[in-house]
Amino acid sequence: MVRLAQKAFFPGKLPFPLLHIDTTYKFHEMIEFRDQFCASIGAKLIVKTNQQAIDDGANPIRIGTQKCCGFLKTRALLDGLAEGGYDAAFGGARRDEEKSRAKERVYSFRDEFGQWDPKNQRPELWNVYNSRVDKGQHIRVFPLSNWTELDVWQYIARENIPIVPMYYAKMRPMVVRGHSLISPEQDFMLLPGEKPEMVMCRMRSLGCSPCTGAIRSEADTIEKIIDEMKLVRRSERENRVIDHDQEGSMEIKKREGYF
Amino acid sequence: MSLLRFSTAGSVDDGKSTLIGRLLYDSKGVYEDQLASVVKASANSSGGLIDLALLTDGLRAEREQGITIDVAYRYFSTPKRKFIIADTPGHEQYTRNMATGASTSDLAIILIDARNGVLPQSRRHAFIANLLGIQHFVVAINKMDLVGFDKAVYDAIVTEFTGFLSHIGAPNALFIPISARDGDNVVEKSAKTPWYVGPALLDFLETVPVIEGLAELPARFPVQYVLRPNLNFRGYAGQLASGVFHQGQEVMALPARRRSRITRIVTYDGDLKSAYAPQSVALCLADEIDISRGDLLVPVTALPHVGRRFRAHCVWMNAQPLEPGRSYFIKHTSHQVRGVIRSVNFRVDVNSLDRIGASRLELNEIGEISVETHHPLFFDPYARNRVTGGFIVIDPVSNETLAAGMIIDIEGKEETRGLVLESDRTARFGHRSAVVSVEDHESAVLLERELFDRGAAVAVVESADYDTVKLAKAAGLIVIVTGIAPPNSIDAGRLAPNEALSLLERRGVLVGREEQLGAGEGI
Repeated sequence: MVRLAQKAFFPGKLPFPLLHIDTTYKFHEMIEFRDQFCASIGAKLIVKTNQQAIDDGANPIRIGTQKCCGFLKTRALLDGLAEGGYDAAFGGARRDEEKSRAKERVYSFRDEFGQWDPKNQRPELWNVYNSRVDKGQHIRVFPLSNWTELDVWQYIARENIPIVPMYYAKMRPMVVRGHSLISPEQDFMLLPGEKPEMVMCRMRSLGCSPCTGAIRSEADTIEKIIDEMKLVRRSERENRVIDHDQEGSMEIKKREGYF
Repeated sequence: MSLLRFSTAGSVDDGKSTLIGRLLYDSKGVYEDQLASVVKASANSSGGLIDLALLTDGLRAEREQGITIDVAYRYFSTPKRKFIIADTPGHEQYTRNMATGASTSDLAIILIDARNGVLPQSRRHAFIANLLGIQHFVVAINKMDLVGFDKAVYDAIVTEFTGFLSHIGAPNALFIPISARDGDNVVEKSAKTPWYVGPALLDFLETVPVIEGLAELPARFPVQYVLRPNLNFRGYAGQLASGVFHQGQEVMALPARRRSRITRIVTYDGDLKSAYAPQSVALCLADEIDISRGDLLVPVTALPHVGRRFRAHCVWMNAQPLEPGRSYFIKHTSHQVRGVIRSVNFRVDVNSLDRIGASRLELNEIGEISVETHHPLFFDPYARNRVTGGFIVIDPVSNETLAAGMIIDIEGKEETRGLVLESDRTARFGHRSAVVSVEDHESAVLLERELFDRGAAVAVVESADYDTVKLAKAAGLIVIVTGIAPPNSIDAGRLAPNEALSLLERRGVLVGREEQLGAGEGI
């Protein structure tokens, strides 16, 4: 999405800053990549964290994933948007990711409380978008709405776009818990009898470290990832714990203002 | 790999979502864990067979009520093509969603339940798909298993619906007998319909030529953004809506009606010689013209309509009815203007297709309206160009999108008021702008008098610098220079005044009356 923006405004620079909602549970490799990438393209980076909630001890194990997402992602995002006074924010969500996202608009209206009302969305015809909002409201703009996961990888390959190294397979220390591979980052708590073992794996989707599993994979180049993608029989968000905490969970989170 | 966007429109219970589920499932466009979650949800509701419709009905309200409320977009690909499906509701109260799904589609699949035959809903779906300019129609006659794959049932529906499509002026359709539930003629041709000689549905979707005629239409470039990263660069960023632009091509900027030339076609990946719709590029022009977002760049040889009044088809999409005379925003390409809907000319009964007198339109109603905007729009009829012919109506108070409009034609005269065109000056003065160089002051004053008496706007100067030439061109003047001649001037040397006039006629500076009229109408 950043590449598309670079292309759209070339030869100018990005006319808007990049906002990262840092839950502090993000993978350290991703944070390193974030800082290095933003510096290399000359983008202004704003990092927003709900420090109050973290100081109060918010973490997925203690308060559960739904509340944790609510405090550390949704609240921090809404505060970050309000502080910047932004009337629009781009996001990379795609309709093929999850079934409530399949109903999402490209220009998705959010009210004063950042809420999404799926039953009362603006009709969206052709590529004529309605961007009008009142003060305090905003639009979430999803330029990649009609891209698929495979489209994204093919574009990364074609454009030679740098990516977080965790998307490439390598031997990594992982905790094997049932069918899940979890990276023991930060203050990860091992269960009795568990210890990290080296597993050839990669991340297919990058969320918070306690809630995002890796997949077993040998794909250590873009070409191999694309080949893997063509054969894969399971969806990318399967390894995202937060999508499965209850039936329709993404829709519920989105209604409350989640990206 | 090519992309086909298609919409599905079906009546309630005729198996639309089941068909899509079948396409996704059989082409392996659905992941195992997504299927597993459908099995989990099915167990909660129907308890029986896996309901493939649950793959597309993403909202909880939809799963609870067992209906499709909103447009759902679904994606799958085969080795031959990528597909985007706009799955649209069948309920009559969601007609607006059907129009939405159709607006971006190249092809429409209309489902008819073989047991029920052609219902008003099937006609309504075809009418709306045609109104939104869809070029390819597939009529899938579904549930053939429930009528014993009877050819007579199929034939009767084909005959009736073919007549209907031709009545509304829709393109020819391909009819396919299918069973979405069992998969007959969906991905593979079925042994149960040996009498059917056409392709299976997926085979047709993979091979139907998508109209690539976009590049053959006149070029239209709505400006989205003015790029001024530094003092040395000024470019206009946007997406070419139709046609082709070449480096060096002469273009006109609307509404300024100023002509210029494309000097560069700039992209992140390097400059281009030509840009083809639907490429996104930045254009640089030879002249500094005041151009901003919402303006339109077009070739000087193929201008769009420019006007404030036009007739349009309208699909009303809001519970608050259309009110003639009320102020709305009209969003057209990247341009947004205030305007009013002056009148509703008639409403169309989407079941009978009768034109009915109406003074307003309610939610989900379709009609013809007359619109007047505060500023001119630059447009083409929707039937010729879906981008420059379509618009949305926005409520200035609630900010909601109220309606979609498809322009039929301009009403009244083309807009010229307020803009003095080159052709207007030519018509008044009887000549085009020119710089004429002569040998001496005597020749100059004689020629000036001759031209002046003929009504020309003419002046004598000793020397003409760049600014003088620019001013003369903008004002439509003939400038006679006695000193050093600037480039591109006409050399009249020591010619006698009448000989100099003949030269100016031959060079097309002085124009006859017929030509004046022609020029006036052409622009």
